[in-house]
Amino acid sequence: MTPGALNAWTHDAGGGKRRMELMVPDMHCAGCIGKVERGLKAVPGVSNARVNLSTKRVAVEWADGEAEPQTILDTVEGLGFAARPFDAGQAGDGEEEAVNRRLLRALAVAGFAAANVMLLSVSVWSGAQDATRELFHWISALIAVPAAAYAGRPFFHSAAGALRHRRLNMDVPISLGIILAVALSLFETATGGERVYFDASLMLCFFLLAGRYLDHMMRARARSAVTQLLSLSSTGAQVIETDGSRRYCPLAEIKTGMVVAVAPGERVPVDGRILHGTSDLDRSIVTGEAAPEAVGPEGAVEAGTLNLTGPLQIEVTAAGRDSFLSQVIGLMETAEQSKDRYVRLADRAAQIYAPLVHIAAAATFAGWVWWSGDWHLSLVTAIAVLIITCPCALGLAVPAVQMVASGRLFRKGIMVKEGSALERLADVDVVVLDKTGTLTLGAPELLDPPKLSGETRALILSLARESLHPLAKALVAGSKPVAVLEEGLEEIQEVPGAGMQALYKGKVLKLGSHLWCYGTEDTARQDAVSVLHAALDGEPLAQFSFRDQLRPQTRQAISQLAELGLGVALLSGDREPAVAAAAAEAGISQWLSCAKPGDKVDFVAELEEKGMRVLMVGDGINDAPALAAAHASMAPANATDIGRTAAGLVFTSADLAAVPYAVEVARSARRLVHQNFTLAALYNLIAVPIAVLGFASPLVAAVAMSTSSIVVTANALRLYGRKSATVTRDRAQVSSVDAGPNTEAAA
Amino acid sequence: MNVLIFLIPAALFLGLAGLAAFLWALKSGQFDDLDGAAERILLDDEDEA
Repeated sequence: MTPGALNAWTHDAGGGKRRMELMVPDMHCAGCIGKVERGLKAVPGVSNARVNLSTKRVAVEWADGEAEPQTILDTVEGLGFAARPFDAGQAGDGEEEAVNRRLLRALAVAGFAAANVMLLSVSVWSGAQDATRELFHWISALIAVPAAAYAGRPFFHSAAGALRHRRLNMDVPISLGIILAVALSLFETATGGERVYFDASLMLCFFLLAGRYLDHMMRARARSAVTQLLSLSSTGAQVIETDGSRRYCPLAEIKTGMVVAVAPGERVPVDGRILHGTSDLDRSIVTGEAAPEAVGPEGAVEAGTLNLTGPLQIEVTAAGRDSFLSQVIGLMETAEQSKDRYVRLADRAAQIYAPLVHIAAAATFAGWVWWSGDWHLSLVTAIAVLIITCPCALGLAVPAVQMVASGRLFRKGIMVKEGSALERLADVDVVVLDKTGTLTLGAPELLDPPKLSGETRALILSLARESLHPLAKALVAGSKPVAVLEEGLEEIQEVPGAGMQALYKGKVLKLGSHLWCYGTEDTARQDAVSVLHAALDGEPLAQFSFRDQLRPQTRQAISQLAELGLGVALLSGDREPAVAAAAAEAGISQWLSCAKPGDKVDFVAELEEKGMRVLMVGDGINDAPALAAAHASMAPANATDIGRTAAGLVFTSADLAAVPYAVEVARSARRLVHQNFTLAALYNLIAVPIAVLGFASPLVAAVAMSTSSIVVTANALRLYGRKSATVTRDRAQVSSVDAGPNTEAAA
Repeated sequence: MNVLIFLIPAALFLGLAGLAAFLWALKSGQFDDLDGAAERILLDDEDEA
């Protein structure tokens, strides 16, 4: 990277020091911490280096001017860790952190207050009388009122927001329960009454905050994992000024009409038109086409394509809002708007539950007034109904299960971006897969290498090593290493779109297409495989076939999906023969080729219109709109930034087994959530009549509420031990490590 | 029952002390890196470095 570019990531740390955060995703143990911290502190000028293993980041501080950011980055990379600068503020991390701390503080306050008030309540229940009881009630009030006002804020806030939009969410009955319980108790305390519910309201706060905290933790963890994957690619470009000088320019400052230089191996940062140079472009992440394409002057290039063989000078035709990427983003937004607004399970439950609770309380009040004529007694009973039905278990039911489920997925390298993604995943009945980069690895592999003499092989490989072309790289990677040639190759040159040539002992060595080597088109050419020819002075030396291989265990993964009762379809922007071959090999009968981004969205929308729930799995820029349109979506970790952003889940494993595994875990999670709802309903079936009849003493309320919360949490924890039926079969080794000791109980 | 005059404030004080300790720990960043804290115990040169 250009020297100036790194300075943008550093901050003034005060006292003449500068500070930079680096993301180092590969750190995972004490050894790594020690190595990175020691290595950085050994750099002259560096005053402090502190690793945070949870977020996989390291914060470095140095005296301004005494160390260069580049040296620091190089030091970490020199230790064998991939590192890139990270700006916490830009990633919105500070905000997450603040919410996290606020919840944790509220949780601590609620816990402290609940424990102390409970201590006093137990004394009252065990028989404290008269003045002592009143004293205890007053002390409880003194603790509970400020504590509830502080710890209840997250609920009050959200409830007020929902009411303002004339909706009901779970926080409305919760807030009402807390406020009424405290108000009633305060009134009872002041008038010397017996029934005081301070302990119940605080306990409610505590359990619900625990659920809220778990929910937040899950999202924060997944988010930080996803930001770790965000690459530094195309944050800027080399701009060529009119006087021929070059300077590094951030992407935001690039305007239409500027000329940028793109070296071989770099991604094209902007949409443009080629001014000088010829090269091959890898468009796979943009269009899904696996084979590179030759381009020359006047050719159009899209942002995100990879320049393979020759240096290019590109005139920017569209920057920022007009670019291809922005058009794709536009498609994505349209797709998201036309999609039904998904209502989360907990909110759906709240929409049924909240009115029921309020009707029950109102009916109780009316009934008691009619029966006893005592307004005070009727009000107290009605409020007791509200307190006891306060959805403590419901508030915990969903986050506890989702926390456990996402933890399980996380250990298999699958990141869940938000709880609703998991809920949607459980609903799907069709899986639509992209080909290049999703079903396949996205890079060609050498098929059965021909037997060659040592010298011929050395000759061809020495030439292939000089190229960045994916076929040449695959040839080198797929062949055994060879001894160095006795006489080196001379005048090596690469002709974009054709092949390479060099002089060897006065003869012309060529490596490339049939046309390049022999001057004629290949008659026996097959479309599904790419072929590379090698010739010496026009005499054939060898012929190599390549194909973009399927990810390992793809066939098993596809049949597992079928076992789960899911339909599978393949959707690709690649040419028909390549798609047909991949579909046949993977065992997929339904496929569509040459699909543009818009076609993919239409395909998904058509399925959804038929009432099917689609899981879209894709990686490219061209998949992003379809990912956004589908009911649920997954992307591999090597996907483009936009693909990962659009997807609800991201998996890091090389094989596709992650897809059936995630569906399975999501379904178990949904089952447990439903069980938890049933448990909560059962609790209410028992507790509500007791409260309606006026028997809900503070002791009964406290016992009932804590029991239901604990039962629901314990039920969620069962997911830890549950074994996956289809996936464990193939990966017995992995599963035996993380299957908990309570597997039996869960089965 | 006079003993309550000491016991209740004592109980509340201890509770508050616990709460204050937790809030202090939270503020001073001790909960920022739980995974790291678990691993750092295995580093023997923490202080010399």
